Amino acid sequence: MAIKTEPFVINIGPQHPSTHGVFRMRLTLDGEVIIDVEPILGYLHRGIEKLAEGRTYTQNIPFTDRLDYLASMSNNLAYVLAVEKLAGTPVPERAEYLRVIMAELQRIASHLVGVGAFLNDCGAFMTPFLYMFREREKILDLFEMVCGQRLTYNYMRVGGISQDVPEEFLPALKKFVLQMPGFIDEYDQLLAENEILLARAKGVGILPRELAINTSASGPVLRASGVKWDIRKADPYSIYDRFEFDIPTGNFGDCYDRYRVRIQEMRQSVRILKQAMEQLPQGEVRSDVPHLIRPPVGEAYGHIEAPKGELGFYLVSDNSIAPYRFHIRAPTLINLTALRDMMIGWKVADAIIIFGSIDICLAEVDR
Amino acid sequence: MSIFNPSLNLFNCYLEALPPDWPGGFWLHLGLFVVIILAFVLAMIMGFIWFERRGIGRFQVRLGPNRVGPFGLLQPVADAIKILIKEDIIPAKGDKWVHWLAPVVAFVPALMIFAVVPFQDGALLADLNIGILYVVAISSVSVVGIFMAGWGSNNKFSLIGAMRTVAQAVSYEIPVVLSIIGVVLIAGSLSMNEIVKAQSIPFILLQPLGFLIYFIGACAEINRTPFDLLEAESEIVAGYHTEYSGMKFALFYLVEYTEVLAVSAIITTLFLGGWRGPVLPPVLWFLIKVVAVFFLIFWVRSTIPRIRVDQLMAFAWKCLLPLALINLFITGIEVVVLPEALPWTIIFLNLAIMAVLIVLWSKFFRLGGGRVEV
Repeated sequence: MAIKTEPFVINIGPQHPSTHGVFRMRLTLDGEVIIDVEPILGYLHRGIEKLAEGRTYTQNIPFTDRLDYLASMSNNLAYVLAVEKLAGTPVPERAEYLRVIMAELQRIASHLVGVGAFLNDCGAFMTPFLYMFREREKILDLFEMVCGQRLTYNYMRVGGISQDVPEEFLPALKKFVLQMPGFIDEYDQLLAENEILLARAKGVGILPRELAINTSASGPVLRASGVKWDIRKADPYSIYDRFEFDIPTGNFGDCYDRYRVRIQEMRQSVRILKQAMEQLPQGEVRSDVPHLIRPPVGEAYGHIEAPKGELGFYLVSDNSIAPYRFHIRAPTLINLTALRDMMIGWKVADAIIIFGSIDICLAEVDR
Repeated sequence: MSIFNPSLNLFNCYLEALPPDWPGGFWLHLGLFVVIILAFVLAMIMGFIWFERRGIGRFQVRLGPNRVGPFGLLQPVADAIKILIKEDIIPAKGDKWVHWLAPVVAFVPALMIFAVVPFQDGALLADLNIGILYVVAISSVSVVGIFMAGWGSNNKFSLIGAMRTVAQAVSYEIPVVLSIIGVVLIAGSLSMNEIVKAQSIPFILLQPLGFLIYFIGACAEINRTPFDLLEAESEIVAGYHTEYSGMKFALFYLVEYTEVLAVSAIITTLFLGGWRGPVLPPVLWFLIKVVAVFFLIFWVRSTIPRIRVDQLMAFAWKCLLPLALINLFITGIEVVVLPEALPWTIIFLNLAIMAVLIVLWSKFFRLGGGRVEV
């Protein structure tokens, strides 16, 4: 006798411990197996793109902080790069180096949260999460040193950065860079080869290479699927062509690969930080830029390899003090495109870790 | 039939003073031990909650609660007061009676386990000659309460959590019971007190594999990480008690810790030699061992990720069950063939067998996979 079963729907989110914000998934389940996923977005929509059209180019920098609040420095960088492209502003050498240092520190900080939250989703009861926050705290201390803020930095400016780093910053950075590889080894010792983690994450939520490219996924999600694509190498911005680093890639595009790629990227970031620290020149940190920037009529697209993927700002100028159009290419929104294909056929427990392995930030998805 | 063993000790020395055929002795014993058990369980749970929160704080490179009282010792009291003054909510479309009854059905059996746990030689509420069988039977009744909670809440998360619990409890009951039988075979008795008395060397040495299986299975039965699927916070919110608040939630919280305490006490009794130990008084030995087992349980909790529901089942049926059967078989042979053998030979033999079996199983048993084509 065949038992007749009926699919039923559960809402994961918008209030749920592991939706990383206010994301909502409408899961249709057959028992524990997911047969359909419908992501529902927009609970955190603040209309940043429209708001930005009413503010000057400099006033918009704090808005970018509030996109992916776990990677504010990277957002700053992507935006000022776009404005600089639009206005043709030169950037002093020292500022470029400091920007790279901040962006790489931010990448480590963001990946720490991403990996920690992923392991938390696997059910590791907060321990790895808090271990990783211990190091993130050190990075936040560094950021506090340079700009007084711990979450929304507002540090970069068109044509440079807001202020030079204080004297004690470089020794502190040096200390951190020397410590960090040891900490990354510690994370690996804790869980990388854990049998349960392997069982949970290996082969789960596979994003095939072709699908990753077709959905224009980017960042660690794309690289875990085996595509060697990193904007720092593919279309070098700032001064990334002066540094030596590798692009870690995964083989299968499963959750475990995405986790490993992030860990490897942290190691590469430390490598970049070391080189940047050694090469850091003296000099100005900000070129002479008027208070009200009026870029010539035109459009520009500035993109960087943000921790979560390709972050792009598309700006259109009508020669006024505010952008005519301000568009954000948010990496995590686009990485979510393949969510359904990754989740179908897996169980509820897997849905959570697949979602966690994409490492999204809702403030950026909904903006 | 006398269900209590009136040997002289800290707990029931009063029996000495009474005339042996006084009928009130039974009721005095009963009443006294009910009070002792309630006080013991509640005090230990308070202590456990504090110990676990502080301990996990240390594991997680933070301090843990340290504001209320010295070292945060009064934190459980503060928690209890907070939870008691919360509003008691019953879901509008829930099954009111089932929802109301569930915490009670879950709590009472968890407490009843302690009736047969010997705190000291003969110091137990009822020295049943089938003590361990009683434990096995009673401890699975709690599951009914949990399923009632899941059903009565009329909440999908609760229902998923409850269904997971039933599946889990049914699966893990079997290896757990089989591993207990190994102990019973060696001790030659089902009575908890007799089992402790039989342990001139702790049975963890004679039954290392049995201990591992019991420990893992018991962790699964009481839903501790890595088997806390029924209340997997990152997946199904709070599982079966999602819709509970106030005192009823507190009862479920108590159930969880009572069960942990019960498992610690049973592991202590079955494998660690119960109240036996040199120098210190027996009650203290019992407490030390219980706390040590509890420490092990929350150490695992703060270290290991959670496994998935199908992997959980596969682990029970494909890994624990065969191992438990093999363990039982080997123990049976040892009891029959080598009754007079030196204990050290058996200890090393069993350790070697355990190592071989675990290596073998880890070679050809793999968790993982699990995608279903839809």
